[in-house]
Amino acid sequence: MTDTAPAVELAGITKTFGPVTAVDGLSLRVEPGEVVAFLGPNGAGKTTTVDMLLGLARPDAGSVRLFGGTPADAVRHGRVAAVMQTGGLLKDLTVAETVRMTARFYGRTRPVGEVLDRAGIAPIAGRLVGKCSGGQQQRLRFALALLPDPDLMVLDEPTTGMDVEGRRDFWQAIRADARAGRTILFATHYLDEADAYADRIVLVREGRVVADGTTAEIKNLAAGRVVRATLPGADQAVLAALPGVRAVEVRGDAVLVRTDDSDEVARHLLTRTAARDVEITSRNLEDAFLALTTDSLTTDSLTTGGPAADSLTADRPTAQTIGA
Amino acid sequence: MTVAAPSAPSATHADRRPPALGGFSTAVLAIEIRRVLRNRRTMMFILVMPAVFFLLFGLPQRGQELPNGRPVTAWIMISLAVYAAMVATTSAGAAVATERALGWSRQLRVTPLRPGAYVATKVATAMVLGLIAVLVEFAVSAVAGVRVPVQVWLVAGLAAWLGSLVFAALGLFVGYLAPAENVMQFMGPILAILAMLGGLFVPLDVLPHALQQIAKFTPVYGVGQLARAPLTGAGMDWVALGNLAGWTVLFGLGAARLFRRDTTRV
Repeated sequence: MTDTAPAVELAGITKTFGPVTAVDGLSLRVEPGEVVAFLGPNGAGKTTTVDMLLGLARPDAGSVRLFGGTPADAVRHGRVAAVMQTGGLLKDLTVAETVRMTARFYGRTRPVGEVLDRAGIAPIAGRLVGKCSGGQQQRLRFALALLPDPDLMVLDEPTTGMDVEGRRDFWQAIRADARAGRTILFATHYLDEADAYADRIVLVREGRVVADGTTAEIKNLAAGRVVRATLPGADQAVLAALPGVRAVEVRGDAVLVRTDDSDEVARHLLTRTAARDVEITSRNLEDAFLALTTDSLTTDSLTTGGPAADSLTADRPTAQTIGA
Repeated sequence: MTVAAPSAPSATHADRRPPALGGFSTAVLAIEIRRVLRNRRTMMFILVMPAVFFLLFGLPQRGQELPNGRPVTAWIMISLAVYAAMVATTSAGAAVATERALGWSRQLRVTPLRPGAYVATKVATAMVLGLIAVLVEFAVSAVAGVRVPVQVWLVAGLAAWLGSLVFAALGLFVGYLAPAENVMQFMGPILAILAMLGGLFVPLDVLPHALQQIAKFTPVYGVGQLARAPLTGAGMDWVALGNLAGWTVLFGLGAARLFRRDTTRV
């Protein structure tokens, strides 16, 4: 293969539905071979982005390139395949018939038997789709996506509505397939899925990328602890200058300090200030997710402290690309 | 990082060639037909019911003759064959509504299958099903004792079958009108009324005069008249032909228009 174009290149794509801006100038570049989780809460614009990526919807602004060409080109040549979130199967066909039929829609495909095997549905090949469980149907969708042996596989919330066992089986099938060089982009609102299966996490919120990095980097974003105290008139600058402090937020009489060294902050607060009700809580990936994707913590009032601060502020116009 | 020329580099890649005929294939057609034949409800409406109608309403007319001496049972047989074919082709075309409701059409749009090939498959499925419907009705009637010259079987059968293309178009039109899983529950009674107005259940002569005049402009009239012409010996019926052509064009254009709306990206 001579092409070195990115597998996915979204440049400032925007999509509005009436007064709602579903996707708001989103840019994303995915290199061939990357396994990327597109992580965000419901309503973050994930499905709309996936639709535009696949050419099912046209962006109001911005451009979509897959392997340097249009989505339609990539679809026509079987370079991209997708596992859609909902529906998309005929209940009155058997599993094998669905795969055999779909195979005819491509110029050339992997053998039907092989695809059934890899998706783990060979034993139920003769079953009517309408009689399959949600997890089995999802593995069938996965089998269909495997047919063209695509260079890019897009999965939109592939395990929504599946029980724990179904999710595990589904991801096992995906992982068993993970061939070198195949680019995988999956949208999900399950943190653990993003954590367990992606090399890179792209966090989206309100149609924008709010954080983008390796799983480890995203976790680091949330590393450290939050020290919370009641301290009227807190001196933010002093707190921000303490070693290890990443961000300081003042909410009325309360002050929240996100830090890598909670002992230092607590010591300072208790010995040098009139702070009371000091609480120390640790943060995890879920906190990062929540902080970055919801309004519950008003991150836009966080003030950055020190050169180490990477800022979780959401009002930055561009996404923060961590590392790389 | 070097960025390659924006042209799709895989276009010439043998492994990545798009499908022949846009994805239309007899293998898909075979699966589609098997799928329809598996549906008991559809089979009931297009194969069993018209045959039972013949046994119930046709057989008691045994011995009766048309003005030209041919059996009335053959008149009823051909009418019911047209009815069977119209139900068959409409339901096959209207399957599009179900597939849109289920999201299958959306799934297809991320495969190289061309929308035109999809519609061609639906029309072909409809026509195969229509042919089966006509053949079954004729076979049941023949076994029940209907005897007409060979050319009547052939020409009437062909007319009933080919004329049902208008209903494949109607089915597609309805199918693209609204996504619904149970579109035939809604279309069944409409088809029955159209069949009535088209003179498939009773001769139009028994209807009130005003209704007879209106009936000539309804979509079933043309195909019914043309299919029975070889039996009754009526000459070329231009009104019937115009009726058939007009409705085929109308439903065809309607379906094409809705189809374009459906496949346009939003």
